[in-house]
This record gives sequence, structure tokens and C-alpha cells, in this order.
Amino acid sequence: MQEVMVKRASELMADGTVVRVLGWKKGEFAYDPTPAVFNSADELSEFVYNDFCASNLSKYLIALSKKEGSTLVFLKPCDSYSFNQLLTEHRIDRERVYIIGLECSGKIDEAKLREAGCEGILGVKTEGENVTVETLYGDKTFKKADCLGERCVTCKSRKVVAYDEIIGENGEVNSECGRFDMVAEIEAMTPDERFEFWRNELSRCIRCNACRNICPACSCEKCVFDNPNSGIAQKAAADTFEENMFHIIRAFHVAGRCTDCGECSRVCPQHIPLHLLNRKFIKDMNECYGEYQAGAEAGSRAPLVSFTQEDCEPSVVYEREASKK
Amino acid sequence: MKKISVDKMNELFAAIAASRSLYMPVDDGKKGAKYDKWSEGTEYSKAANTSRSAKDFFFPQVEDMASFNVKGKEIEVIDTREECEDFVVFGVRACDAKSFDILDTVYLADPVDSYYASRREHGVIMTMACNKPTDTCFCGTFGIDAADPKGDVSCWMSDSELFLSANTEKGKALLDSISILEDADDNAADDVKASIKTVLDKLPLKDVSADGMKEKSLMEVFNSDKWAELSESCLGCGTCTFVCPTCQCYDIRDYDTGHGVMRYRCWDSCMYSDFTLCAHGNTRTTQLQRFRQRFMHKLVYYPENNGGVFGCVGCGRCLRSCPISMNIVKVMKTLEG
Repeated sequence: MQEVMVKRASELMADGTVVRVLGWKKGEFAYDPTPAVFNSADELSEFVYNDFCASNLSKYLIALSKKEGSTLVFLKPCDSYSFNQLLTEHRIDRERVYIIGLECSGKIDEAKLREAGCEGILGVKTEGENVTVETLYGDKTFKKADCLGERCVTCKSRKVVAYDEIIGENGEVNSECGRFDMVAEIEAMTPDERFEFWRNELSRCIRCNACRNICPACSCEKCVFDNPNSGIAQKAAADTFEENMFHIIRAFHVAGRCTDCGECSRVCPQHIPLHLLNRKFIKDMNECYGEYQAGAEAGSRAPLVSFTQEDCEPSVVYEREASKK
Repeated sequence: MKKISVDKMNELFAAIAASRSLYMPVDDGKKGAKYDKWSEGTEYSKAANTSRSAKDFFFPQVEDMASFNVKGKEIEVIDTREECEDFVVFGVRACDAKSFDILDTVYLADPVDSYYASRREHGVIMTMACNKPTDTCFCGTFGIDAADPKGDVSCWMSDSELFLSANTEKGKALLDSISILEDADDNAADDVKASIKTVLDKLPLKDVSADGMKEKSLMEVFNSDKWAELSESCLGCGTCTFVCPTCQCYDIRDYDTGHGVMRYRCWDSCMYSDFTLCAHGNTRTTQLQRFRQRFMHKLVYYPENNGGVFGCVGCGRCLRSCPISMNIVKVMKTLEG
């Protein structure tokens, strides 16, 4: 796929459709490509696309679409939902972006390889369904399905929803993906168990803000937590209350706008399953107001910002089944 | 040199923990390893290293410095410092042990940081040679030998035995206090060292060099046009700084308790937009400048001020943690290229 992508990128630069390309640059290892901007056809020699190009490039377009000239971006299905959501929020100038959608069968999570005991990784080869990891301590072979990131295991959609052209076949929405199963498990816990679960997870937080800064829904010019004048600026998880509150407030703030791209959990250096907070909101909104997928189409009105008389009233005492219409 | 059978390590831990707190790496579910306090039943982790560095023991992410109670027009200043407990950290890797030297040059230089100094005085570091160094390791770049870690006591583990050698008075006192240790030849750990060296020679980052940084002038590096492309996709999060064993910057903040003020300090990150915020605003207004600051500090400013010693120990945590996989190895290679 990489060759086709580079070829199209070169052509689109040559015919003047775009002046730059947003993609991935190869790293030191097989697993560490970095999002990068390529400003000439020559620079594309370092372009890479492989099973580890997991980063969602949509958010970079906020800055890039303010620049002169058009930008070519490669978007995977989940990234295209974020793109649409940013369009809905008027954060990206669509006229200055040319999108090539990518068929996607999921990305490999380096952390899963490490969990499976791969240390001293020298190379990773994918052949069909098999992934062979060459390490200093011997080779290991896995099924690709067992190495995918959590968000890919429960992939909600292989459909690219915003594009000018597509490389490969466009996929389908998968409503049976099971992405709310874990949320349901947590809902079934007693309040004490649930509190314990989240305390345990969130107590590992180091307040590095990676989850916030990678999040396409977190696009405020200045975050309230970075603003010394807000009175609630924080640089560290000073106490356990703050650790809880930061993530819960953030989840509230992106509710209805979060497309469930899963970047928050992917980048967390402490492996906190932050996406579960967002999925809880999505699940609740689906149940209260009917199915809604943020980013499925640009310009759609999220349930939380569009009142209808049929809306249920999730009152203070929220009885799930009773309030369901 | 002393030794003890690997089967008896638990007895060793119990002996150490009898007189003070003992901390060591333990597996954190499937999520890597973390330092935890030893108690009966705790299992020592053989992971390549912990996800967070060991700097927390001496430079915790948050600590209270003083509190102020306001009563009418009186302000009472309360010293919140407490006598630090005696503790031992077991299983520190060579890279992290070296990071303490770097923190020392900052915090033990005049004026001495008494909060840090107190913890250093009460802590004993027992290092562990790296039997299984990994792909992200590059401590050799900075002259650190993973087969021969420093600290107060150095340890090596073979399949059957743990070898221990004291490097300092503190370390010697600790080993002398443990009666179950047996004497061993000074070269008893040589086989372990040799087998580690064969792996170190095969590490993918073994040829990474920082020496080129020294050949260039400060301004040449500072003004390099490479910073733009290196920093272009940086998110401005603090992951690299917070997992880094040598990042040492902090902020001091006042928390309004309603009837006074709690003054605390917490780790800060040069990647943040409000880092070193002054009355006039911020000295570094773009991510390029903030990104450059971090690497200039480690690779240029710190060595200039400290006899050529780099401010990085090659632990590789930033290589594993950066959300966009940008890191100091890529920076060094790009700047030198």
C-alpha cells in the first residue's frame, strides 16, 4: 500500500492539487513511525506506511489547513470520523484538505507485543494473518488479530466517511463490534466495585496530558487546566481527587463530540483505559436519545445540543430501562 | 563480594525489610513494572525496567513544602517537612542509578535542596545488572555499563545465585548487617557480566553517539533548521519529561486551603505552554522553542555546565512512551546528520 500512497502523493504534488503531504515518517524501528509533513516529492523517500501507523492525523489539520495551499492527508476509517467532527466544529477548512482514505484491517499495538513477552525487538514482519517479531532473544510468531490495539479489536467501522479518493476497498460500519461490552461490565459492578476499579486505574495517572493533547475533540486554544487565571490550573496529580476529576471533566467536555477513535488509551504511558469513560457517555446517549455516532457525517447535530420534545429525561434518579424509549 | 542462592532471595528481602522499608520493581499486571514496597509475598520483577523512573524516590512528582495559616493579620508559617524514613531501593538499573548523579549535581549543589538531600541521605541504592537489555536501551551511548551498574550496592543475578558487591560505606554497612550472605570471590559475577556484554554488543542502538553534539558550537545547534521538522508533530504533552529519570524541573504553586495556603512543588515540563511563565508572559511561545529547550538542556547546556556529562542516561523510556514516537535518539541522529 505504501508504494501506491507515495505514487499518488507525488502525482498530487506534481499537478498542484496539494503543496504538502501529511503522513508518517519511518523511525528507528519497525514500530515507531512519526507523523510528519512532507513538503516536496524528494522528502517522500522517508514516507512509510505499515501496521504501526496508528496515529490519527486529523488533529494536525487544524494548524495545517490555516497554511497557504492544500494539504494531502491519509485517513484511516476511524481518523475520518474525527475529521468530520472537526469539520462540524469549524476547526478545519475543508477546501484546503485533500483526503485519501485508506482501507484498514487494524493496527498492531506495540504494547501488546511487549505484554506477550517481546523485548529486544529487532524487526516485525507481517505475512498474511501472521506477525513474526524478531527479537534479541529469539523470534515469536503471533496471529495479527491477537496483536491489534484495543480499539481495533472492537472496531466500530471500517468505513472511511470523508474522502476525495480511497486506496483499497471502503469497508462497512460494524454495529456488532462489542465496543460497549466492557462498559456494560463496569455498569454491572456495585458502586463500590466501580469506584475501586476507577481508583485503581486513575491512580496511575502522571498527568502528562498525552490523552488530552492527542484528542481530536480537545482542540481548545487554551485548556482551562493550563490557564493560571482559571483558578483550577494543574500541573500534577496533586491528590487523588484531582486525578479522578481531570479525566471525568475531560470526558464530560468531549461527550457528544468524541468519535471513539481510541487515541487517548493508545497513547497513555500508564495504560489507563480512558476510552471506557467516553464509551460510557456514548452508550448512555445512544440509550437515551437513539443511536448517534459523532463524525459519521459532517454537520450533524449531537443529541446533547439538539432538543426535541421526544427527548427522555434522564433525571437525577436515572432508571436505565424505564427511561429507555 | 557476597552471594546468596536465588532460592533464598526472599530471605534476603526479609532481612533488609526488617530494619527499613524496601522497594523494588514488581510486575504491574500486564502493564509493565512499577516500584512497590516489599512485603512477604511480593515478587521481584525481572522486567527490563519500570515504566516510571526511580527518580520519584528522591524527587517525587508532588511534595508539600510549607503551609501558611492566616489568622487575622497574623501569618503562621508551618514547616511541613518530616524526617524521611530509612529505605532501600533494590533492582535499580544502571541507567537509573546514573540518573541520581545527574539529579545530585542540580539538587545537592549550593544552595542544597534539603527535601531532596534528606531522601538521598536516608536511601540506599542496590542496583541490578541488566540480564535482558532491550531494543530501546542505549545507556552505552553515555558511557554507562549495564553489566556493571553502580549505586551503593551492585548486584548480578545468574540462574542460581545473586552476587552483591558494596561500592560505598552505606552499601557496605547494609551488606555487613545481613548475616545470611556468604562470601564469594571478587570475580564470581564475571560469567554473568560476560553474557550481558554479548547482548549489549547486539543492541540495535549500540552505535548511537552523542559526541557529535560536542563538536558543534552551542549556537550552531540552537540555530539548526532541523528543529522545525523534528518538533513539527510534537503534541506538547509532558510524557517524555515525566517518564524521564533526569528531567528535574519543577513548579511551585500555592493551594488556597480556605484558611491559608499550602505551598507545594510538582514536576513541570518544558513542553508545556505555561512552563516558566513570567509576569511579562512566556519566554518560549512556540512548540519548536519548547521542544528545542528540552533537548538543548540534555545534550548541550547540561554538558557545558557539568564537564561534558550528558543529561540523558539512555534508559529508553521516552522511546517507548512518546505518543508520536519522537525521541532523543531521533533528535541526536537528525542533528548530527
